[in-house]
Amino acid sequence: MSAQASVTRRDFLRVSAIAGGGFLLATYLPALARAESLGAPGSDEGELNAFIRITPDGIVTIAAKNPEIGQGVKTMLPMIIADELDADWANVRVEQVGLDTTKYENQWAGGSMATPMNWTPLRQVGAAARAMLVAAAAATWNVDPSTCTTEAGSVHHRASGRRLGYGELAGKAAGLTPPDLKTVPLKDPAQFRIIGTPVHGVDNHAIVTGRPLFGIDVTLPGMVFAVFQKCPVFGGTVKSANLDAIRALPGVKDAFIVEPPADTDLTGLQGGVAIIGATWWAAHSARGKLKVEWNEGATAQQSSTSFAAQAAALAAQPPQRSLRRDGDPEAALGDAAKVVSAEYFYPFIAHVTLEPQNCTAHFHDGKLEIWAPTQMPARGRTIVANTLGIKEDDIDIHLTRGGGGFGRRLNNDYMVEAARIAKQVSAPVKLLWSREDDMGHDFYRPAGFHYLTGGVDAKGTLTAWKNHFVTFGDAPRYAASAGISDTEFPARFIPNFSLDVSSMPLGVPTGALRAPGSNAIAFVMQSFIDELAHAAGRDPVDFRRDLLSNVEPGAAMDASRMSGVLELVAEKSEWGKRTFPRGTAQGVAFHFSHRGYFAEVVQVTVSRAGALKVDKVWVAGDIGSEIINPLNAESQAQGAVLDGLSEALAQEITIANGRAEQLNFNRYPLLRMYQAPPVDVHFLKTKFPPTGLGEPALPPAVAALCNAIYAATGKRVRSLPLSKHDLSWG
Amino acid sequence: MKVSFKVNGVAHTVDVPADMPLLWVLRDVLDLKGTKFGCGIGQCAACTVHIDGEPARSCRRRASTLEGADIVTIEGLSADGGHPVQRAWEALDVPQCGYCQAGQIMTAAALLKRNPHPSDADIDSAMSGNLCRCNTYLRIRDAIHRAAGAEATP
Repeated sequence: MSAQASVTRRDFLRVSAIAGGGFLLATYLPALARAESLGAPGSDEGELNAFIRITPDGIVTIAAKNPEIGQGVKTMLPMIIADELDADWANVRVEQVGLDTTKYENQWAGGSMATPMNWTPLRQVGAAARAMLVAAAAATWNVDPSTCTTEAGSVHHRASGRRLGYGELAGKAAGLTPPDLKTVPLKDPAQFRIIGTPVHGVDNHAIVTGRPLFGIDVTLPGMVFAVFQKCPVFGGTVKSANLDAIRALPGVKDAFIVEPPADTDLTGLQGGVAIIGATWWAAHSARGKLKVEWNEGATAQQSSTSFAAQAAALAAQPPQRSLRRDGDPEAALGDAAKVVSAEYFYPFIAHVTLEPQNCTAHFHDGKLEIWAPTQMPARGRTIVANTLGIKEDDIDIHLTRGGGGFGRRLNNDYMVEAARIAKQVSAPVKLLWSREDDMGHDFYRPAGFHYLTGGVDAKGTLTAWKNHFVTFGDAPRYAASAGISDTEFPARFIPNFSLDVSSMPLGVPTGALRAPGSNAIAFVMQSFIDELAHAAGRDPVDFRRDLLSNVEPGAAMDASRMSGVLELVAEKSEWGKRTFPRGTAQGVAFHFSHRGYFAEVVQVTVSRAGALKVDKVWVAGDIGSEIINPLNAESQAQGAVLDGLSEALAQEITIANGRAEQLNFNRYPLLRMYQAPPVDVHFLKTKFPPTGLGEPALPPAVAALCNAIYAATGKRVRSLPLSKHDLSWG
Repeated sequence: MKVSFKVNGVAHTVDVPADMPLLWVLRDVLDLKGTKFGCGIGQCAACTVHIDGEPARSCRRRASTLEGADIVTIEGLSADGGHPVQRAWEALDVPQCGYCQAGQIMTAAALLKRNPHPSDADIDSAMSGNLCRCNTYLRIRDAIHRAAGAEATP
């Protein structure tokens, strides 16, 4: 915890009257837990808060403090407050607030952390406000508060048949002392009236009517438009550019070179040429005439083929580091009845949020005002402040809806570019990337190579496992999202186990992409487990069932919870109970990530000629005791599964001469509607606290798909994407 | 160059470069932000509008070709979201991030106009040009059936 966080650690509530006689409840709460290491920030520890405003007309306005990127938090988090408040959802309005680290902290979207971090604190916020409204009513009627009840936005006194609406009580409640958050009574979950019910997205109407909501839609008086041409080679800088010719083009207001700060890294401001236009089209068109001589730098020597060659060389040598060693894997392999060795590979892939990166900034009177779709606004403000020498207090960030996030907007490179450009332009400026900018300058899901050997004994039990993982980074540091945990499954489920790592340097920016780490690792682990099941002559579900029963102390996941979803998905998919024609088969996989337990079955049909069709997917998930918004939960799980299939089918970024080769959707195919199978989602409610859903449904889908392909064709997929494989059979 | 056309029933004359795509005329000249930019090469269809009654990718349609055109955007599809497709989208909670949905709705509305009761195959065929990065395809398909007043037909 930072020093600042520790002094504000104690809980308190602040109440203040607002214009019009309403009341405003602000609460300050400690963060529940450290974020997970992957996909979540290490630097944003501290405090959560939330606030409620009630006006005399009975309208309850609840602040949406976190960035909405399609994961549904703008609806879901206010539902938690509203339920404990006993508000009538029809009278709830949700208002997106900007970045305000005086009132709020932890305003970020990542790691599927919104639910686990906010579940209890936001219930307390709602319950505290409810208690104050009850106290106000009881004082009005001169009755004991314990004789009052609440329901859908009003307080009742049953004995006398009296009733007051929250709007009528708000002014009086504002004068009361707030209760202690830690002891304020919370509802029995059986009494939830909003949590657990299907609630529609609060922005749906604005979306379907085309209202301006997104960063790209921001418009300011006198605004100009910018494009920013960076070096196609990551980290390259400008040597010279034909700026005079560009400035002379129609609609162009200015063009200038941006030098990166001396200490910048790939997440900070890069070198490039800014072109300012009266319209975006003018600036973008001018870029077609731009001639730049670049300092490409050393990364120009890097390529996907050189990475593969280095990985093969590293795999042939003793590993650089051992992360874990249990038992004696070599001896166990010597004793094994069957030994399987395999090399797995997954490629770099891109986020491609459908809304390209953009940011609007206005520098005036020494202060900077920013409008941005960002998952991590506080970190963006810090980078902007450090890069431009502006105090953080002089930077104001408005949060817009993000047209997708998927981890891309955890980085604020586009924000610092817009800020830097705005500082030089005496007008509000909207920076908008083209799709080519976006795919060419992503923080890619890192590629990876796994060299595996496993052994099963004569009874068909998995007894030995060795993995030499070849990844990127300057050891012992991993490139962003290129690491692996020493507790990653199946660690502690196999008695003789080793996990070793070797790394090679990387000049390509990488980062968290939806279920970071897991989206790749689950493909490898769950595919290789499947190989061993088949080598042992065992049913893949049965083999996994046995594996989960052999847990030893120190395992990262709760084996019983995973067994629960494995059994549920086997039941729902009628695993092993159906006979299929040749070319049709089911595959299974499970994965634990972001606190969620997911098991999935994919059914495919592969034609003799090798045409792949995914017929159906069954999903079983355990994210704890409540599915807060089941309407969105189903959609998130379906979307995550289809996202996994999309990644597996055809997505790959290749690097050549230090640059990305795929720059638009014509060379980077995403899943389309005709490829989308039905996805049947089931949740297993357990006694554990509710956790997040943006990510954990994704990872098993990739492996379950590949395992189904093996069952249908006999072809084992050990590298992605599938579009590179000939799946024909017979 | 000067070009005159109608957008959502209102006549406009704009003075823009001949090669400026309709998408940017709508967004940055007429301040209609509902039509979205996704790729600029006609691959994602987030920019779909209706031109003379047909769905079209506004990122690929130059201003110089628009003289006399009758253009409808998401803002003009209905008065305040009353089109059956818009209502179905809300009823089934289709959007996740929502960025592609204007384009999806415009394509779906054009489909239903020429084929009021499409099968799943008809829908897949009409809609597969529209990318949804959040993969809300299953609800989009259901919402089109709902707008057509029918349940899904396999």
